[in-house]
Amino acid sequence: MSEAWQPSAAIETLLQRAHLLERTRAFFKERGVVEVQTPTLDRYGVTDVAIENIVVPAYGYLQSSPEFHMKRLLAAGMPSCFQINPAFRAGETGRWHNPEFTMLEWYRLGFGLAELMAEVAALVDWLLGPAKVRSMTLGELVLDAFGLNVYSPSEKAVRAVCRDEGLENPRDLHEAMDFLIERAIANLGIERLFLTDYPSDQAALAKVATRGGRRVALRFELIVDGLEIANGYDELRDVNEYQRRCKQDNDRRRLLGLPQKLKNPLFEAAMAAGLPDCCGVAVGLDRLFALALGKHGLHEVLAFTAS
Amino acid sequence: MASYSTNEFRPGLKVLLEGEPCTMLESEFVKPGKGQAFTRVKFRNLISGRVWERTLRSGETMQAADVIDRELDFLYSDGDFWHFMTTDGNYDQVAVGAAAIGEAKDFLAEQSRCQITFWDDNPIAVVPPNFVELTVTETDPGLRGDTAQGGTKPATLETGAVVNVPLFIEIGDMLRIDTRKGEYVSRTKQ
Repeated sequence: MSEAWQPSAAIETLLQRAHLLERTRAFFKERGVVEVQTPTLDRYGVTDVAIENIVVPAYGYLQSSPEFHMKRLLAAGMPSCFQINPAFRAGETGRWHNPEFTMLEWYRLGFGLAELMAEVAALVDWLLGPAKVRSMTLGELVLDAFGLNVYSPSEKAVRAVCRDEGLENPRDLHEAMDFLIERAIANLGIERLFLTDYPSDQAALAKVATRGGRRVALRFELIVDGLEIANGYDELRDVNEYQRRCKQDNDRRRLLGLPQKLKNPLFEAAMAAGLPDCCGVAVGLDRLFALALGKHGLHEVLAFTAS
Repeated sequence: MASYSTNEFRPGLKVLLEGEPCTMLESEFVKPGKGQAFTRVKFRNLISGRVWERTLRSGETMQAADVIDRELDFLYSDGDFWHFMTTDGNYDQVAVGAAAIGEAKDFLAEQSRCQITFWDDNPIAVVPPNFVELTVTETDPGLRGDTAQGGTKPATLETGAVVNVPLFIEIGDMLRIDTRKGEYVSRTKQ
């Protein structure tokens, strides 16, 4: 591959991108959501098993999301706020992935998950034009696609379906399920879709509740044209639960041979001081802009991609 | 033998899948935000021509296949084997069996320069040139005056292949054939 000095996106596209950024900011201004800026470099990374931070020797980690800092702002009294900033994830390179990408993240005090989903849908309508949004639980998605129960799957059945779908030897049930969920979404062919009711072991920093007799994470994702666009939570406020999940992450990291990660003590202290009741969501803004402009990969909307 | 990791995957890479040589057609990195990363790959099996799809975990490796494409001139067929000669000045001969020759046998004209794929030095696939000239050995007599109507009839070529030709084509005519579509292009001489 020869490297060119020119931008990977057309100048005309970058001008359109500038306009979309203005429209995004206008969306939040109209709703009284204030723009904040937090660091992209910090001493602490994340424990999430599926996210690897980019390490900056002697300084810490490039942030994979502004979540910890923004929640520390909320705990200190910041009202509903949004941020558009670079986020970094090691090892993620592809048509729809770049190690550095633009994340739009916002938090709404006093919102329930349904209100936040409505606001996400409104933003997508605002940038892409209106379209119908469907909603289904992750349980319905996986049952329809493969006849499997995502909440209490039989390992044998999951492995058999994985083999049929082209993944030979998943290392564990988590990996097998990640693969099947991705396949189910790719094969769905629904333009805009909210997925809800994630299994409780995929809660990350969302609350867990009992729905229909099952423990589910109060989380949603928005899929647009088969692409994951938004990931929203009814935010966990219980510091003991945060500590428990960090330990669970690190236990699984050990099993998979991944580096151990420290839990974030400043975030922990903020939670202990009291995070207000809120919902928050992260949007892959480059992807959303690509969809708005009819482009077929991040390289067409990023001025320069990582080489 | 070398191997490739998922982050080195790219179209055209030759790898072994289930012990058979394949060429990568496309490779896509897929990863849910909160999930495991995978690389989804489409392969063409170089022996069967079939397209296979597999998903690999990021960081997995595949063994490289020792596959090379070379240009050789077609000499003749003895019915069981198709004989070719190298074009590097050594005049080495290579015999290709029916399985590897596949449908290319329909469009092999003497002296035509073909691309042969070798796996561990064994020929596994033959691609004839895009256009070849072959003689008609059998066709119904054409009806004079029908040329304007644009009708067609079947004609058998010296290789045994049958193509549709205009009605004015006669036995002994030399035809230019597009081997990719297996179609008549024009008559080159009578």
